[in-house]
Amino acid sequence: MTQTTHNARNQNDSLLRFMTCGSVDDGKSTLIGRLLFDTKTILADTLTQITKTSKKRGMEAVDLSLLTDGLQAEREQGITIDVAYRYFSTGTRKYIIADAPGHEQYTRNMVTAASTANLAIILIDARKGVLTQTRRHSYLAHLVGIQHILVAVNKMDLMNYNENTYNEICADYLTFANEIGLAQSRSGANKDIRFIPMSALNGDMLVDRLENMPWYKGETLLEMLEKAPAAHTEQNEEFRFPVQFVCRPHASADADLHDFRGFMGRIESGDIAVGDSVTVLPNGYQSKVKAIQIGDAQLLNAQTEQSVTLLLEDEIDTSRGDMIVKTGSKIEPVKQIEAFVCWLSETPMSPARTYIIRHTTRESKAKIGTIAYKVDVNTMQQQATVDLKMNDIARVSFKLAQPLMLDSYTQNRAIGAFIVIDESTNNTVGAGMIV
Amino acid sequence: MLNKNSLKQPLSHLDWLESEAIHILREVAGQCSNPVLLFSGGKDSLCILRLAEKAFRPGKFPFPLMHIDTGHNYQEVIDFRDQRAAELGERLIVRSVEDSMKRGTVVLKTPDEPRNKHQSVTLLEAIEEFAFDCCIGGARRDEEKARAKERIMSFRDEFGQWDPKNQRPELWNLYNARSHKGENIRAFPISNWTEMDVWQYIERENLQLPSIYFAHNRPIIMRGGAIFPANVPLANGEVINQPKAGEEVINMQVRFRTVGDITCTAPVISDADTVSKIVLETATTTITERGATRLDDQTSDASMEQRKKEGYF
Repeated sequence: MTQTTHNARNQNDSLLRFMTCGSVDDGKSTLIGRLLFDTKTILADTLTQITKTSKKRGMEAVDLSLLTDGLQAEREQGITIDVAYRYFSTGTRKYIIADAPGHEQYTRNMVTAASTANLAIILIDARKGVLTQTRRHSYLAHLVGIQHILVAVNKMDLMNYNENTYNEICADYLTFANEIGLAQSRSGANKDIRFIPMSALNGDMLVDRLENMPWYKGETLLEMLEKAPAAHTEQNEEFRFPVQFVCRPHASADADLHDFRGFMGRIESGDIAVGDSVTVLPNGYQSKVKAIQIGDAQLLNAQTEQSVTLLLEDEIDTSRGDMIVKTGSKIEPVKQIEAFVCWLSETPMSPARTYIIRHTTRESKAKIGTIAYKVDVNTMQQQATVDLKMNDIARVSFKLAQPLMLDSYTQNRAIGAFIVIDESTNNTVGAGMIV
Repeated sequence: MLNKNSLKQPLSHLDWLESEAIHILREVAGQCSNPVLLFSGGKDSLCILRLAEKAFRPGKFPFPLMHIDTGHNYQEVIDFRDQRAAELGERLIVRSVEDSMKRGTVVLKTPDEPRNKHQSVTLLEAIEEFAFDCCIGGARRDEEKARAKERIMSFRDEFGQWDPKNQRPELWNLYNARSHKGENIRAFPISNWTEMDVWQYIERENLQLPSIYFAHNRPIIMRGGAIFPANVPLANGEVINQPKAGEEVINMQVRFRTVGDITCTAPVISDADTVSKIVLETATTTITERGATRLDDQTSDASMEQRKKEGYF
């Protein structure tokens, strides 16, 4: 396997965001450290630093988990308190790792990390097999819409690289995944669940195969990552363009610009071409796309994830928070919504209060209707509840002051997601996924 | 015209990063009432200026530019800063650490100590003077471990403090830039970029940079195992980093990987005199950007974290 970190010549590579689920005990930090180390992302001075620290802590070998050692505040308490983002590149792909702490009280961090990931690595300690936390991590990855799961059976070195141990764990995991419906993807087809035996400590099957598991014929972890589909490439999503900002340089010295009216935003899903008929929601005005621009560049069409400026044929009164869709697309403004909500704040959700919901570039005041049930993230059992505490996940209905234009989260992650804001503190207190 | 199938191709990583950064800049413009873009003339902030052009042209930027000048900056960089702001036709505000020293709000322990950490005081004074509710900056998460956990929209209280244990959760691309009067948001559009991404973007966009980023001959001294630029003239006529007794001044071909306070920013030995040579050099380097060049981060394992808690960028 070639191991160049940065390939300067390859400009056509894509980007993959993935998350790692597991606790320090599963070797998660070692796995990330090993990926960074074996792809040559770790440079000499960082290595010198962690070698020193390893010695200071009385360890014989360099402890690669120190590469993800966090803040002073965390070291003092001996815990990881927050999602950290790490980067590496193979020359064919750039990777963003969301590294989330795995304990139960950090459900909110798992949900945060999962929200931007297209793939999850779920770590299992080969000595312990499928545990409650494995179920929790798998359920949360599924809830937040991650379609690609890599189950990494780690610490194979401590089980003499035994093939039977590995096979039994894989079978256990599949049984559990089928029981709770994790094996089904949003289209109803089988979800992409893959297994890999490894030793992050020694580096078996991460970047290099090494020779300890000749019985395993599958791909290494890095090979799987290199082939994993990027976000938005697998589904036909409809065109959704929330307007972020309206550009009207009418005071410009350039007279040609006096009538310029550009609708600026990021295409959250789908694609658009010059000449397409569009409707602006919630008002329902119709027009056609006259031009698509990125800076000075004029485009004939544009796709998901591009930040562009759209010019329309007709003068339409449009402002931030409106959404441009293709005419005929099935999406309507609604004032009542049903969602799975993960509560993120130490202050419990109070059903009596009014909150702000931010969805795409739009905000609305929201009142809680009913809380149907909350989900025990360890057993996936439903329980009755009257309020939500931090890390709770529940099915909640809201009444809205302003209409929102929504898709269900399983159809469209960007247009099905929202956050809940507490107006008194301005804190982000909840994360929602439209049912 | 592209056909429908080709639209299923994912964006290249540079296009993706560019689009994400434009989106973040537009969210700042959409959510904040009085933002400012911090611009030093350094490579990261020059990338952000290009991103702002792509985000807002043909309109004007919905924010002024501001530089917190330590008075210890390379003249080439200051000239470049002024020239770039003039070319863009955007307003540039300069506030100086030396003015804070005159006011008595910055007190130096020794006259030639690094002034990077003192920028926080001047920055907070400028935020109060103009009532800015958001400062856009070029920090990246790959720079330093205290940055790896920083939000893209990072909340600071009235004292400019960052509380790592109490950050707002940040999910999907739904950013929360709300603040009450006196509080402040720091927005980092290139959080997810690495040093390599920055150089690749500079190459692709053909961005102009201050000359000290490219290999040049410069008198240097070796001090504490690091290369130190020697005898650097300042705008006020003063010459700093003069050799101490026993130190030898030699001429070396060097370039800067990062540009900051002269007293704590070291150059690296290099013959890379074009952007594409720098891209190649970055691909094969064995030392991190800050490890090579930022002497102020090496005082302790947590020096960046400490500075950020005190209001630093």
